[in-house]
Amino acid sequence: MKKEDQLEEKNPMEDLLRMDRIPHIWCPGCGIGTVVTSFTEALKKSKLDLDKVVVVSGIGCTGRVAGYVKLDSFHTTHGRAVPFATGLKLANPELNVVVFSGDGDIAGIGGNHFIHAARRNMDITIICVNNFNYAMTGGQVAATTPLGANASTAPYGNFEFPFSLPYLADAAGATYIARWTALHLRRVTKSIQEALSKRGFSFIEVITPCVTLYARRNRLGDGLNLLKYYYDNSEIHHGADTRTLDISYQGKLVVGKFVDKEKPTFLDAMNKHLGKVLGDKYVLYGRINDDRD
Amino acid sequence: MKKVKADPKGVLTGSHYLDGDHSLAEGGLAAGCRFFAGYPITPSTETAERFSERIPTVGGVFIQMEDELGSIAALIGASWAGKKVMTVTSGPGFSLMMENIGLACMMETPIVIANVQRGGPSTGLPTLTGQQDMMQVRWGSHGDYEIIALSPDSPQECFDLTIEAFNLAEMFRVPVFVMTDECIGHMHEKVVIPPAEEIELVERKWYTGPKEKYLPYKPDKDLVPFMIKAGDGYRFHTTGLTRDERGYPVINAECQDVCVRHLIDKINKNADKIIKLEEEEIDNAEIVVISYGITSRVAIKAVQKARKAGIKVGTLRLITVWPFPEIRIKELAKKIKAFVFPEINCGQIVLEVERCSWGQTQVIHVPHCGGWVHDPDDIFHAIKEAAK
Repeated sequence: MKKEDQLEEKNPMEDLLRMDRIPHIWCPGCGIGTVVTSFTEALKKSKLDLDKVVVVSGIGCTGRVAGYVKLDSFHTTHGRAVPFATGLKLANPELNVVVFSGDGDIAGIGGNHFIHAARRNMDITIICVNNFNYAMTGGQVAATTPLGANASTAPYGNFEFPFSLPYLADAAGATYIARWTALHLRRVTKSIQEALSKRGFSFIEVITPCVTLYARRNRLGDGLNLLKYYYDNSEIHHGADTRTLDISYQGKLVVGKFVDKEKPTFLDAMNKHLGKVLGDKYVLYGRINDDRD
Repeated sequence: MKKVKADPKGVLTGSHYLDGDHSLAEGGLAAGCRFFAGYPITPSTETAERFSERIPTVGGVFIQMEDELGSIAALIGASWAGKKVMTVTSGPGFSLMMENIGLACMMETPIVIANVQRGGPSTGLPTLTGQQDMMQVRWGSHGDYEIIALSPDSPQECFDLTIEAFNLAEMFRVPVFVMTDECIGHMHEKVVIPPAEEIELVERKWYTGPKEKYLPYKPDKDLVPFMIKAGDGYRFHTTGLTRDERGYPVINAECQDVCVRHLIDKINKNADKIIKLEEEEIDNAEIVVISYGITSRVAIKAVQKARKAGIKVGTLRLITVWPFPEIRIKELAKKIKAFVFPEINCGQIVLEVERCSWGQTQVIHVPHCGGWVHDPDDIFHAIKEAAK
């Protein structure tokens, strides 16, 4: 066979993955990989300079994303990805900073940073993979575990009320909020594209199965089944009132784009306010306009 | 090591009447710090306040974070985006920063943290002095690592040593601490800020070779790896996990050995370039009073009294506390009758002096639980006791 007739066997995501670190550590049937696929798709479709896209992760299964994407990437400490990203963004406003982490990292140990970054309208994108438990450490109960679900530290079932993450993000001031399941590949991709081009705090929650721990402990079948279950049990409701987005155990999942509004970012507000108050004495900081305008 | 002159925009040249806290901020601005993230905590808040007022006219960002965990995480992120960065805190806030101090060490990130110490433990004495975080600064984060800690004895030194801290942080890619205390933080004195062209700064050790050959943790000849910043197209990775020269996680004992030894060696093997001491009348001394920070100024009074009483006393002031000046203390231990060591804690840095003395000389500690400085007579009595 002539060389030009041979099939090209290159992974279409290869340019954006650290192939020298593959295979990854995620379990077969885990949804994190599909979210990474959506992310790389979104990056390819975007017109962003990928040298300026930075990924920050915390700790946990999703926290490992930073280690696999071929971008400037930081694998930081548990819960601190959001303030780390805040530092990167403020120190160089040209960067497009993405926090890619799990529900435990962002809403559990890092919950305070999450709400404050949303309040300030820090111009970053958060992709939060919600698998309803602390998976890396063996399936412990989380701030997102639905009532009644079993976890290794809730062996008699969870009796704590969980967070609804889009509602939390909305209350704290986020300017873009969406929720999908991992099987909504194209919709996740589109949301990530929108979030990347949004000036402001963007939050995307992606519901994924944790096949090894949450699913097995709760006898919910294999990963593919659960991916499909979440997908089939979801109902798209764009613009839904974020107060109505609670997730019950194996119940209906309201998904969609809930919030997409305009508000000055931290740096826009800082430049505008200090410029007004200090006049000529103020040294304008960072870029006011960028290619996303 | 590339040296540059300070950016005149940040330098408030002139003779000022400043307290230590404000002087820390001026030191940072003169050193080129253009990103400050902090959280209010007594007795350090004035530094943050001054930054919030001054930085908008200099060109930079001040952000008051939601807590100290956030402050230090933001600092590390901002440093990787290429800025010189600083925060200030005190006891409880310092405790909250510990985990990410380890991250800064592991990621080899230049950051400067000033700790205006107050009495502890816990909430302790928010408005009163202490020197009780001197071991925490060295050992407070988990695991083995090395940091650099400086101890100013005046508002002037708060300015000077903050600049020094930035230079050392850039030189060694390591967190550097300015360990001052409430007394100096709130003490007003004359602070002379020189013209920008007289302030020499060390530039970050930027990598300039071919992009594809860059390794974030490959030690250079001086053991310090070259640095790059996010957004420059290197597509690099770094992690808090034990990592190899590429910055990729490798979880085994062999890589751990290389990684941890490197973090320790780059400071310890360069200790002679870092350590600064101030010695007086030490050559013929029988007794040497060791001290640092505010306690050095109290000890002077006791030393003068002892000299009048005919005792041969020398003084050694630790401007650098960490890395500890092991070699010098070992030398002196062989020659003198005793060390006298007052510090505002119940026995911290004295443990290092005891270790380095190897039982060859007496070490008399003069402890103080915090809240106020020593009564010079307590130090004088210790000197007299030692001279017997």
